Amino acid sequence: MSTSVKAGPRQSPRPGPTRPIGTPRKPWRRRVEPYVYVFPTVLLMVVLMLVPIVMVIRYSLYDNVIMKKEPVLAGIANYTEILTDPDFWNAVKNTAFFTGTSVVAHLVLGMAFAMMLNTPLLGNVTKAIFRVLFILPWLFTVAIIAVLWRLLLNPNGVLNYLLQTWGLADSKVEWLADPNLALYAVTFINIWSGYPFYMMSLLAGLQGIPRDLYEAATVDGASYWQRWWNVTVPQLRPIIVSIAMLDVIFTTQQFALIWMTTGGGPINVTEMLSTFTYKLAFNRYQFSLASASAVIIFVFSMVLAFFYVRYQKARD
Amino acid sequence: MSALLCAATTVMLVAACGGGSSGGSTGTAGASAGGDVTLEFSQWWEPELPANALRGMMDEFEAANPGIKVKLLSGPYASTKEQSVAGAAAGTMADVVGLDGAWVSDFVKQGAITDLSKLMKDSAYDESQLAAQIKINNATYMIPVVNFVYPLFTNDDLLKKAGVNAPPTNRTEFLDAAKKITALGGDTKGWVVPLSLEAPNGIQNDVMAWNWASCGTMLKDGKPDLTNADVKETVEFVKGMWDAKLVAPGALTMKEQDKVEEFTNGRVGMMIDSLAHVTLIRESNPNLKFSISAIPAKDGYSGKRGIPYASWGIGISENSKHKAEAFKLVSFLMNEKNNSKLASVANAFPGNTTAVPDFVQNDDLFKAAFDIYKAGYPANEFTGLPVAEELMRSFDEELQKTLNGDQTVDEMLTNAQAGWTKNF
Repeated sequence: MSTSVKAGPRQSPRPGPTRPIGTPRKPWRRRVEPYVYVFPTVLLMVVLMLVPIVMVIRYSLYDNVIMKKEPVLAGIANYTEILTDPDFWNAVKNTAFFTGTSVVAHLVLGMAFAMMLNTPLLGNVTKAIFRVLFILPWLFTVAIIAVLWRLLLNPNGVLNYLLQTWGLADSKVEWLADPNLALYAVTFINIWSGYPFYMMSLLAGLQGIPRDLYEAATVDGASYWQRWWNVTVPQLRPIIVSIAMLDVIFTTQQFALIWMTTGGGPINVTEMLSTFTYKLAFNRYQFSLASASAVIIFVFSMVLAFFYVRYQKARD
Repeated sequence: MSALLCAATTVMLVAACGGGSSGGSTGTAGASAGGDVTLEFSQWWEPELPANALRGMMDEFEAANPGIKVKLLSGPYASTKEQSVAGAAAGTMADVVGLDGAWVSDFVKQGAITDLSKLMKDSAYDESQLAAQIKINNATYMIPVVNFVYPLFTNDDLLKKAGVNAPPTNRTEFLDAAKKITALGGDTKGWVVPLSLEAPNGIQNDVMAWNWASCGTMLKDGKPDLTNADVKETVEFVKGMWDAKLVAPGALTMKEQDKVEEFTNGRVGMMIDSLAHVTLIRESNPNLKFSISAIPAKDGYSGKRGIPYASWGIGISENSKHKAEAFKLVSFLMNEKNNSKLASVANAFPGNTTAVPDFVQNDDLFKAAFDIYKAGYPANEFTGLPVAEELMRSFDEELQKTLNGDQTVDEMLTNAQAGWTKNF
């Protein structure tokens, strides 16, 4: 049995994909429907993301906005001023140390605690108790964390009391007020508050690794550390890369913790890109300079976001 | 997507502060269907007052001025500041705005607040009843409604234990008292000074206060003059206290509330602080015996002493369509009866010269403070200066470097002068 089909007059003479002959054209409503579904999301993204971003980029090209009724286009002058400001580079240096140290420490602590919570050596009740204890820092808001650690690290606080009682310090240590210690102190606080995110993500990853892989490695004579390095780490790599990239972005933009603990001081030893930008905008009212600084941070974040998205796509 | 959202956060921080640079003059007062005028009154006072204290006064105002309603826009100090900055940019500032003296210059530059001198003249207002007016180019833009003065607080028990019989009256006596109190040992220190860069008002209240107490100045013809002898002596005095280790530890990141806590817990003998904290100190430590006195002056100085103050100021938006009604509200808050009432509930000193708050008659400590206030003059040279908070912060940073031994006092003052001059 054969079927012949005659070319209809509506058939396109041009090459390329065509509607299968005999398939009815989709009604107008069917064609529009997908766009209606995505419209609210697109609208929200435009209003909440695209418009502010475009506005800030525009602001950064004027001599000063908001404080000036008739701003004048200044080209890249604000970018030049920011990039030649030693305070900006000091903030870059501090942010790099703060972010780099935090991310590495988050990973090491998160991995250690996740492995501890996944070990068969501990009972379920013990693990449940530790799980609650270890996740506690993640449950506090930044304001609570800042107040808590300001009290603990106060020269008359608990930590100094313990150090002096145990003979580990001769005098009161000014953890947050000593220019030689403040950056390390705020970095430590950030590490403390952020590791549970890694811990929970890695724990979920650890629980998903098939037992067969470990059994096969054991049969092959692999030691504990060889199993960890050759089985656990490769299995967790997608999670590690993803959360590390996100953590770099989050930590680079950390503002509240720094502002509420040291305000960028003493002197400028804990000044970060976020506090530097905030001060430009809300203390000096230099909104165009602040916009230029924000755009530079934004570009840096976009580069990271690009690699993150590319990595995710490669995985898929 | 999370990454993109996160990346956008910093940008939005800046974008959120204003809707545009051209500023549409929309006005904020509305007229209801019945023809009533509704005034918006933004301030940070309501959360700091007892419940319903300000709303109650507004109800009285509405009863006395039929056809005018007041809508209170209340929030914490920092939020009010940010909202006012954003409102000034977008032309949506409330009709009546609570102001800090440190904001005035910038709002005037933006054309966001109106000339009150004209409104006072139009309504034949008696200006002589006002204790102070904040003027820029001879026009009034802010009226201090109530003032919070910053006298010297001394811990009676610590002074007595250290063998100091009376609160110090000059710098030598203060230094001597601080040494004796610190010599008591333990956690005790003679003086406490908060120098946090997050809220650098310690420069105004705890450092420059020493300068103003001896009629010193940091300005010349309205411009920075930080290298003069008065400022230098003040900074040298503070550095001398620091080097002698008479200052409570943690000063470089200490905030005002930490300072009050140190004093309340009996760990420091002396502090310069707002009178507004008296009730808090009493409630937190009912057993603490403390006195209030004038800030010690330079040795040999016998003139009137400047006493630092912070104000709850008031102004009117340039964009308000109901300036006359808004000024009625300002007049209402500044009249003798209502100003006394507001000062009483705020534990502050009135902005009306004839008003006397209740607490002055009922409380010896407040009476002493009121006597000091009357005997001296309110001094705050930061009021009306451009980017006043930033000036404090840049001075603070330079002072911190000096205290840390990174530069001399002369270098510090030269650097601070250069930093300030850029903003004028």
